[in-house]
Amino acid sequence: MDLTLSESELAFQAEARAWLEANVPAEPLPSMDTADGFVAHQEWEKRLSDARWSVVSWPTAYSGREASLVEWVVFEEEYYRAGAPGRVSQNGIFLLAPIVFDHGTQEQQDRFLPTMATGEKIWAQCWSEPEAGSDLASLRSTAQRDDERGGWVLNGQKTWSSRASFAHWGFGLFRSDPQAARHHGLTYFLFPLDADGITVRPIAQLDGEAGFAEVFFEDVFVPDSDVLGAPGDGWRVAMSTAGNERGLSLRSPGRFCAAADRLIDLYRSTPDPAYADGVVDAWTKAQAYRLYTWGTVTRLADGGEMGAAGSVNKVFWSELDIALHETALDLLGPEAEVESRWLDGYTFSLSGPIYAGTNEIQRNIVAERILGLPREVRK
Amino acid sequence: MKFVLDADQRDFAASLDALLSSSETVAVARSWADGDSAPGLRLWARLAEQGVLSLATDATPVELAVAFEALGRYAVPGPWVESAAYLPVALGHEVEGVATVALPPHVPYALDADVADQVYVGDSLATEVGDLVGSVDRTRRLFSVAGEGRSDDAAFDLAVLATSAQLLGAGERILADSVTYVKQRKQFGREIGSYQAIKHALADVRIALDFARPLVLGAALGEVPASAAKVAAGDAAYLASRTGLQVHGAIGYTQEFDLSLWITKVRALVTAWGTPAYHRARLLDELVG
Ligand SMILES: Cc1cc2nc3c(=O)[nH]c(=O)nc-3n(C[C@H](O)[C@H](O)[C@H](O)COP(=O)(O)OP(=O)(O)OC[C@H]3O[C@@H](n4cnc5c(N)ncnc54)[C@H](O)[C@@H]3O)c2cc1C
Repeated sequence: MDLTLSESELAFQAEARAWLEANVPAEPLPSMDTADGFVAHQEWEKRLSDARWSVVSWPTAYSGREASLVEWVVFEEEYYRAGAPGRVSQNGIFLLAPIVFDHGTQEQQDRFLPTMATGEKIWAQCWSEPEAGSDLASLRSTAQRDDERGGWVLNGQKTWSSRASFAHWGFGLFRSDPQAARHHGLTYFLFPLDADGITVRPIAQLDGEAGFAEVFFEDVFVPDSDVLGAPGDGWRVAMSTAGNERGLSLRSPGRFCAAADRLIDLYRSTPDPAYADGVVDAWTKAQAYRLYTWGTVTRLADGGEMGAAGSVNKVFWSELDIALHETALDLLGPEAEVESRWLDGYTFSLSGPIYAGTNEIQRNIVAERILGLPREVRK
Repeated sequence: MKFVLDADQRDFAASLDALLSSSETVAVARSWADGDSAPGLRLWARLAEQGVLSLATDATPVELAVAFEALGRYAVPGPWVESAAYLPVALGHEVEGVATVALPPHVPYALDADVADQVYVGDSLATEVGDLVGSVDRTRRLFSVAGEGRSDDAAFDLAVLATSAQLLGAGERILADSVTYVKQRKQFGREIGSYQAIKHALADVRIALDFARPLVLGAALGEVPASAAKVAAGDAAYLASRTGLQVHGAIGYTQEFDLSLWITKVRALVTAWGTPAYHRARLLDELVG
């Protein structure tokens, strides 16, 4: 058991640190959920990609560095330590790309991965529907076979799609076989959000910005070449994305370590012993998360699988994020209600226990799959 | 970089587990609480043979954490933290037989001084051993002592680490026993473990313990201060004990039921070797500078 990095990992870390120090914008970019901010973030993605830092774990052929899992986590730590912007490309590079690598055809990989890496095409995840949230498999949007044109016709409505207000492409599940059982007969589709028949309606979030959107589908044609995985196999394909989202990729520990460090700075400038415990606990939990992640990385590198541990992870980081930001607002006192980076972070943190599978659903998974308790009675 | 126990460390854990699971540790602990230390001392000798007393001088803090997690899981009584973690470092050599120590203000009493061959205050022998005072954990026999000796920071941190690991083991045991119980106990025609309120409470315990463990191992590797491990392991084990009691209902509230050994031990260990408030203040000092 040891936490020391190898020579080559240290060299990788030094190179990343040097590049980030020289290139991270001095001023935080405007919110990626505004028109200007979206473009500014895309420009940042391009800069990262030009220096081959946008997708470090990918093959070199797709502008990656073939970084190991350890190096990937090292990079993420450096990234957030340097105060670099949130990734507007995250749905694509973290949620969709692993699926495209595993289930996509060569042609799909060549077509989609390069523009994902450069941030030229930003992706939105279109899973949730007005009537299908936690119970995602009850989704009703349909895909009808069109043999003549060699593809499928999509109808229905998706909602809460992050980034969809400005994004270029979407990925989502549609019911392609109405006779099949709930989890079967779903197909995974990729589609441009400006396709004929698609209407995107931005929805303002708690902070007033259009961080997510509704997406309406009216006879939208999708060719066979934009089906990911086998038709009818969409649930299985999609669930590997869900694992990624809850597990390692969506919330790398660097974010929380960096935020905890900023919280300590805030405490130094406005010390209030009443909130000292909150500061210490935020730091301690961020460290717990960092170390836990190294354990996960070791297990995955040894051939293990994320499995239900992703649910343990998700509940922990989402609660840590809220507690950390609440402590910051406590320290700010009456100034807390005034717009600030802390306030933005706080508002965003509130959604953590809801998206990527609510924490209630995650606790069910922990109880049933890790503790082995009886399954819930479900219809 | 490999942040999991290596094969030797896993073997060591397995051998301790094998020894303890066949040692009727509950009966040992109950005798100890009643003042009959003979079974406890026999177990002490067998654990000493496995090298538990020489971990602080001959092994790494990781092995020490592995051993103390096992001691916590099996509710092994006796001044192990004192004899195997604090004193070897403070005195600079492994202790002979059973030794104990008080270190006011954080360790106000000498644990099991009636059984110990040597009783220290800091790094000097105690001048006087006073009366037994009752602990919430009946297996912890506390004695007031007189004397003066210097305390040792490195030894204190190792004792804090050992206590954290013991808490982790106790918490894991409570969770495991609670899961077994809620799968058997039926009310309203269903296993109580199928009710979501019970499931979520136990899931929260699983999550808390899962995130305390890396801090204990991280502290053993010097990545984080021992205080961080103590705070997290104390919180997690305490949550386990409160939840464990709740899901057992009234049976959990009885002394006769074995779970009581762990519930009371966790409460005692939460404040042993530094209260949560002390360790949080210590961390804050370090962080804010
Ligand atoms: C900021 C944000 C971004 C999002 N981004 C995306 C995105 O990009 N793409 C996308 O597809 N979706 C996205 N979502 C949607 C998200 O995945 C859903 O909100 C989530 O799955 C919950 O569904 P719901 O909102 O319909 O709530 P519901 O499922 O209606 O749940 C409401 C409440 O009931 C509880 N509940 C439901 N079922 C159970 C049960 N069996 N046991 C106990 N409690 C239960 C829930 O935990 C919750 O507390 C986003 C959501 C937010 C807030």
